[in-house]
Amino acid sequence: MTRLRSKAAPYLLALPAWLWLGIFFVVPIIGLLWMSLMTGNIITGFTPTFNVAVYPEVVTTYWEQILRSLGYGLAATLLCIAVGYPVAYWIAFHGGAHKSTYLLLVLLPFFVTQVLRTISWKFLLADNGLVLGPFKAIGLLPEDARVLSTAVAVVFGLAYNFLPFMIMPIYAVLEQVDHRVVEAAYDLYASRFHAFVHVILPLSLPGVFAGVLLVFVPSSADYVSASVLGGTNNTMIGNIIHSQYLVNNAYPTAAAITFVLMAVLLIGIFSYARALGTERVMEVQAG
Amino acid sequence: MSATVAESTGRTAAPRRWRPRISLGKLFTWAVLVWLFVPIVGMIAFSFNDISGRQNVTWQGFTLKWYGQAFAYPDLNQALLNTLVIGCSTMLVSGIAGSLLGLAMGRYRFRGQQVSNLVMFAAISAPEVVIGAALLSLFLTVNLTTGLATVIIAHVMFTVSFVAITVRARVMTLDPKIEEAARDLGADSWTTFRLVTFPMLFPAIMAGGLLSFALSVDDFIITTFVSGDLSTFPLWIWGATRVGIPPQVNVMGTLIFVVGVLLTITNVVLARRRS
Repeated sequence: MTRLRSKAAPYLLALPAWLWLGIFFVVPIIGLLWMSLMTGNIITGFTPTFNVAVYPEVVTTYWEQILRSLGYGLAATLLCIAVGYPVAYWIAFHGGAHKSTYLLLVLLPFFVTQVLRTISWKFLLADNGLVLGPFKAIGLLPEDARVLSTAVAVVFGLAYNFLPFMIMPIYAVLEQVDHRVVEAAYDLYASRFHAFVHVILPLSLPGVFAGVLLVFVPSSADYVSASVLGGTNNTMIGNIIHSQYLVNNAYPTAAAITFVLMAVLLIGIFSYARALGTERVMEVQAG
Repeated sequence: MSATVAESTGRTAAPRRWRPRISLGKLFTWAVLVWLFVPIVGMIAFSFNDISGRQNVTWQGFTLKWYGQAFAYPDLNQALLNTLVIGCSTMLVSGIAGSLLGLAMGRYRFRGQQVSNLVMFAAISAPEVVIGAALLSLFLTVNLTTGLATVIIAHVMFTVSFVAITVRARVMTLDPKIEEAARDLGADSWTTFRLVTFPMLFPAIMAGGLLSFALSVDDFIITTFVSGDLSTFPLWIWGATRVGIPPQVNVMGTLIFVVGVLLTITNVVLARRRS
């Protein structure tokens, strides 16, 4: 009896979350594919017509936004690595007793909603705002210099919003690096640079991998930064999905675009995973 | 950790060892932290801005009057209330379901664990716009009217994995001997869980719950898709950008931020006291 109970225990414990994730995550993702192959609208209803032609159609119409989204996502991810890695490194190795405080400081801005933070940047980055204004006043920047409504502003906004998702996983692996290994490298006369490149960096790669996924995927699909900071010439694929769904009510087309976005991101992730080894990602997740 | 480094530095004296000079790393970290807080400082500052009309763009003097008139927009109040109701419900449901899953994944080895891992990872890294669109399609197909309930469903869906991962990490570090000791002393499995396991897991459950609350309050994209006519704090702000954002938004943003800071501090203090 008790043996039976303990065998069933993990399933019973996992059941509520499994049901929730199954019904509201796995099923809808499959449903998305189904929806993209239908024709019709919200008033007349949807009929499954297996309209595969919608796929080449949306790709030829929106390839520009898709490429732009991937480009912005990639740029934001690289920026996040450049900024986030040193921070994670410093907190993990030199944060001392205050490590958790530093991490909380990294996460605290999240209590202010992303929309409000992005709008706040819009005011700060305005053509004569607090950031550009002073440089223009002393003549370091030309009068017509601008950041808002440019690609730079969008990438900046994305990197800003997703930076903690890069810092956290890198910190998590660096924190577990055995210091004796690093010591050993020094004892074997490795320079600081060599110890980093040959010991610390390889050990931290799974964290970078997780960080890249957590930043690249959501930032490529984000549309808040593009809408608030990017003006009309920097729309991303997220903006298109948003307006097709909620403005035009063109659900099948919108579902097809969403599916294309997901497919493109998945292809990117899988080729990236193949290059680095998938097990290590899951290891970090299992952390 | 710096103590460990210092200690081992003293023990062996290799010539090309790293020594803490002026810490560039510290400088860089603080610069990044300042960067992270710049728009929040802006938000707080502008909640004290003495403006007339709704364009809160330039500094016009210090005032406290917006804090006195914090609730001047009824629909904004309703949006804020909705956000809090959604956040608390999400924290509760996600906290329970996620903790149970985390407990199962950290304690047992069972079939479906790898799939579970994969789905959780996918749910965390899936783009919000995809989750929102997929859920909207589902709700349309089954003819479920979007509103408060669908938003809570969606928020629980995307936060439950975060709770599970937080709790799982804690479960894996627990010493099973403590539970064995409780059983040896005659406690049945429920009593052991209630008096021993649960209190040890509590900080992680709280941390996971807080995280899901923060993620829920922060979320804009998924909420947009599944909210129907319901407004939340971020949605209201988004809608107000065209006509200008009233200082009350900054006041409420500041208050939410302060509550978040207090909750975090409480959690840290509680965790320290328990350990």
